[in-house]
Amino acid sequence: MTSTSSLEGGFTDAPVEAAQSFRKIMNVMAKPGTIEELSIAVPPAPLSTAAGSLLLTLCDAQTPIYLARKFDNPAIKQWITFHCNSPFSDAENCMFALGVWEDLQPLHDFPIGTPEYPDRSATLIVEMDELTASSTELSGPGIKDTHQLSLPDVTAFQKNAMLFPLGLDFYFTSGEKIAALPRTTKVKLSAENV
Amino acid sequence: MSEYNFAYLDEQTKRMIRRAILKGLAIPGYQVPFASREMPMPYGWGTGGVQVSAACLMPEDVLKVIDQGADDTNNAVSIRKFFEKTANVETTAATSEATLIQTRHRIPEEDLTEDQILVYQVPIPEPLRFLEPRETETRKMHALEEYGLMYVKLYEDISQHGQIATSYSYPLKIEGRYVMDPSPIPKFDNPKMEMSAIQLFGAGREQRIYAVPPYTKAVSLDFEDYPFEAMKADGCCALCGADHTYLDEVIIDDDGGRMFVCSDTDYCESRRAAGHVGAQATPQNQEAAAS
Repeated sequence: MTSTSSLEGGFTDAPVEAAQSFRKIMNVMAKPGTIEELSIAVPPAPLSTAAGSLLLTLCDAQTPIYLARKFDNPAIKQWITFHCNSPFSDAENCMFALGVWEDLQPLHDFPIGTPEYPDRSATLIVEMDELTASSTELSGPGIKDTHQLSLPDVTAFQKNAMLFPLGLDFYFTSGEKIAALPRTTKVKLSAENV
Repeated sequence: MSEYNFAYLDEQTKRMIRRAILKGLAIPGYQVPFASREMPMPYGWGTGGVQVSAACLMPEDVLKVIDQGADDTNNAVSIRKFFEKTANVETTAATSEATLIQTRHRIPEEDLTEDQILVYQVPIPEPLRFLEPRETETRKMHALEEYGLMYVKLYEDISQHGQIATSYSYPLKIEGRYVMDPSPIPKFDNPKMEMSAIQLFGAGREQRIYAVPPYTKAVSLDFEDYPFEAMKADGCCALCGADHTYLDEVIIDDDGGRMFVCSDTDYCESRRAAGHVGAQATPQNQEAAAS
């Protein structure tokens, strides 16, 4: 489903739908590797439903967004401008970034926070073809034993975790699915893939 | 109900608080600055906790509010009524039925589950504040992981009192990095902070939000020869007979008479309903028969 107009596809009952979306977003961020379904927004292609709902829930005029390559198109820009009123920025100055994994490279362009303010770091929304509980093993805060998640890379996330308490935080979206990977999570290839 | 936006706060404020909560969860124990709003209650009554709860609540939530473990004290009742009015959510006193629990200075005795959220009201979020009053300095100390001063304080406790005398707001190191103030919970509750529920902390006056995700390492600071000890009053609950819960001391006359009762009222009541009887209580079914 793709809306033809940038005026459509937003929340119809913003206070309630934003609250319900946020709880799912908080759940995936607090429990890395957990996959939830976010199915409220109807954004223009190629933006997924989950990524669109995430933008509607968290972004506004205070959050510069960086759109990477194929997401940097007029339909998406108009939709975000109308529904979120967010400014667009380059990678160095963004709070949120949106794109597929290859287009978001190199990661060192994004702000990772400062030692005094590690929260002033970018949050990357990575659009994926599919998102499943497989291939990479996650451990760390929020995870009882281990979780599995089909991450697009391993070494990049290991390097990011070494920056802790600085670093980037990631959401992965595919269709209606969303999962997250904060900087605290330790990542390695699952046993069957080694 | 219709006079208020859902859960009182406007949407832009909630987005700002939600972003702070998510960064807090990504950096466990780190205090995220946020633009705290004025709330229709005075500072010190849980304005930070209320803002965090308001940003988290959804209509299908069941809310429980406790103040020092009790559901029926002034602060707990007024916050519960606030959200009944502004968010129209269901409320409960039963810990196991709640999906979101806002607390002032206690962790419920009953173990929380992965589907629950615990929101703490925090007066002073900075564990180093009474050792170093300047925010610029404490921020630098956290950045450099310079926590020597905190150990000196605990050492001075031992040299003056023969033991670590700090009994509440006992500092913890979260995931081996940030030293965090758990809000003024008794240190009896510290070991419970490695739990299955999401823990969020809101300090309204001080404009800080911080968080501890489930299953995060939370280690109370101590020394090899003076290990951390979770303390409680010696005795049993006079109503339900529990010897494993945190107890409040209640003065009952002018001659120094006193009794100990569970600080967690819901836990105490459910034990009494299950037939446990303390030294000064009558069994609940007899009470019902007498009235």
